[in-house]
Amino acid sequence: MEMRKSLILAIVGICLIFPASTFAKPVTINWWHAMRSARGKVVDTMIEKFNASQSDYVVVGTNKGNYDETMNAGVAAFRAKKQPHLLQVFEVGTQTMMLSGAIYPVHELMAKAGFDIDWDNYLQAVLSYYMNADGKLMSMPFNSSTPIMYYNVDMLKTAGIVPLSKSEPITWDQLGEITKKLVDQGIAPAGMVTAWQSWTQIENYSAIHNLEFADKANGYKGLDCELKINNSKVVDHIRRLKTWISDKRFMYGGQKYQGPKAEFIAQNAAFYIDSISGIAKLKKAVNDFTWDAAPLPVEVWMKTPQNSIIGGASLWVLQGHSKKEYKGVATFLKFLASNEMQEYWHKETGYFPITLNAYDDLKSKGYYTENPLQEVGIKQLNRAVPTEISRGLRLGYFVQIRNIINEELEQVWNGDKTPQEAMDNAVARSNIQLRTFEKTYK
Amino acid sequence: MIKRSFFKSKYIPYLLILPQLLITLTFFYWPAIQGLIQSFLLSDPFGRRSTFVWFYNYIELFTDPLYLKSIMITLIFSVLVAGVSLFLGLFIATMANRALKAKAVVRTLLIWPYAVAPAISGILWLFLLHPSYGIVALGIKNWLGIDWNPVLKGSDAMIMVTLASAWKQISYNFVFFVAGMQAIPKSLIEAAAIDGASPLRRFWSITFPLLSPTFFFLSVMNIIYSFFETFGIIHTVTQGGPGGSTNIMVYKVYQDGFVGLNMGASSAQSVVLMSLIILITVIQFKFVEKKVQYTG
Repeated sequence: MEMRKSLILAIVGICLIFPASTFAKPVTINWWHAMRSARGKVVDTMIEKFNASQSDYVVVGTNKGNYDETMNAGVAAFRAKKQPHLLQVFEVGTQTMMLSGAIYPVHELMAKAGFDIDWDNYLQAVLSYYMNADGKLMSMPFNSSTPIMYYNVDMLKTAGIVPLSKSEPITWDQLGEITKKLVDQGIAPAGMVTAWQSWTQIENYSAIHNLEFADKANGYKGLDCELKINNSKVVDHIRRLKTWISDKRFMYGGQKYQGPKAEFIAQNAAFYIDSISGIAKLKKAVNDFTWDAAPLPVEVWMKTPQNSIIGGASLWVLQGHSKKEYKGVATFLKFLASNEMQEYWHKETGYFPITLNAYDDLKSKGYYTENPLQEVGIKQLNRAVPTEISRGLRLGYFVQIRNIINEELEQVWNGDKTPQEAMDNAVARSNIQLRTFEKTYK
Repeated sequence: MIKRSFFKSKYIPYLLILPQLLITLTFFYWPAIQGLIQSFLLSDPFGRRSTFVWFYNYIELFTDPLYLKSIMITLIFSVLVAGVSLFLGLFIATMANRALKAKAVVRTLLIWPYAVAPAISGILWLFLLHPSYGIVALGIKNWLGIDWNPVLKGSDAMIMVTLASAWKQISYNFVFFVAGMQAIPKSLIEAAAIDGASPLRRFWSITFPLLSPTFFFLSVMNIIYSFFETFGIIHTVTQGGPGGSTNIMVYKVYQDGFVGLNMGASSAQSVVLMSLIILITVIQFKFVEKKVQYTG
């Protein structure tokens, strides 16, 4: 009896402490992301603005580490049935997410929430990376970048070369001539360096030249796809870079961006290929020379170069939440796609605005005349309608495949393998990964 | 008279070891069994589908020449790390033991690197030896004229990760060797000295045999260290590159499982790794330990 009395008292007490307003509390939307430091702050600001703009939903953003860690956190949470509503996943995880059966496709979410989104208003080269084979958007693009080519203006001037165009790409042959001049005249210790070699020299090279990376439309049309990067064009490109290594027109600085960036900043290399997110980094780090950016070089025979492809991450909506919560997620995604947010995001981080609307708005405000660097990537991305081949890559175990490509390329650079051997090997090894992946999802 | 206490109840001892047992079961046996089961499955990371595939994952592993290469790399790496750190640890301990002044300070300073986490140790060495921004690397290239490039050359990368891994472990070995040396009766060494034995002779005939239990213990610990704990160093310094030349087994487990989300392959690798380390330890206990003298 005594027990029951105290129980009732406790319940009454709890009700007093948390008054009725608790039940009308806004719906919480959890978003796990991989944005840290400066970008993390930008994300926090966007969330704050959303929360202040309405009172039905509260978005709670949590940084879960880097891309791998965030994806793993999401996977583990899903297995424990404690998944967030939104999960940021890097582009190489797209296939795994798409097949996971754990997601709520964004196009469906938006339609069910009653939002009529004009998908044509989005940058197609960005959207197409996250669409399924039927052209339906599966996840919301969030941070998207593409590689461009930075160069040391002072070195080019010394050699008497005029600065490069920001929209018309030079050819690889021209790049070869320029770097030869720079190296031969002793102006630059080395010609070019590249960050993320698989992404810039093979994935983007293939897209720009409309070459299959893998068959079945780069994997969009079936899990039974096979890599095609041992074709003569890609192999010739790798062979050229290998020749350039021997006469210092190309220098290998590591798989990621730190080494290559350091070489460019130290003026050990005149050209540096990296993501557009390098703009902010170089602005901060370079103060003893002038630099500029240009689109990636193309081959002479490629008269109408295709769009480059993106890197970065997108937001996936996970299953297992209530209708009300999904409405909130949809509202938040719509808010993120608004001009104000896209412009803010683009200005602060250098990542692309995802809608044409935001892009045009920035243009009309004169943002790109003041910041011409920011437009190099967008123009390269927007210069053609994406084909089945240039719209993106949809491969299982893509992380492993990139690793394989990196390993094989390194063996070309250090002379252990010929370009053809290395690319054949990369294809054979990657196909084994693809078959295991296919077997897993059969 | 020796005082002994007895438990009246038969169950109390079991009750007392229960917490430890539970911890071992939950944090060691349970995950290990999970890993073992997973290694026979092909499953998607979200755990929504999995197929039992018998030894598919193992067959894939052992038909992959790169995995066999990774095993070789791991063995070479662990022998290098254990060798370098045992040798230098012993050498420094011998010297420090002979130091006359500021013995305590010298020892404390020598122990410090052990407090550094492997990942940090990796970063420190990277700052010294990276071909683009390493200070020492610039010296090697400019003054010694050696084409030092761990970003591109596998052997250079191996030297770099070995240095970073051994450096930290030297301190650990040092502590044990110094402690071991202090337990050796001075009278033995003095007697040998009076008989006219040179310092080197005294070391080999007296100190080293008496240190052999320590040496044996440390060799086991160092091998285990180089198999597992060096993960942080590989991760920060080379990520297994260039061309997979520093891709030790534990790093491959991480790459395939944690980054690549191929749970089956990763689990199979863990099982192989665990078996290998058990095998090595058994060999050490069976053959090397016979030569160890536990009593003076």
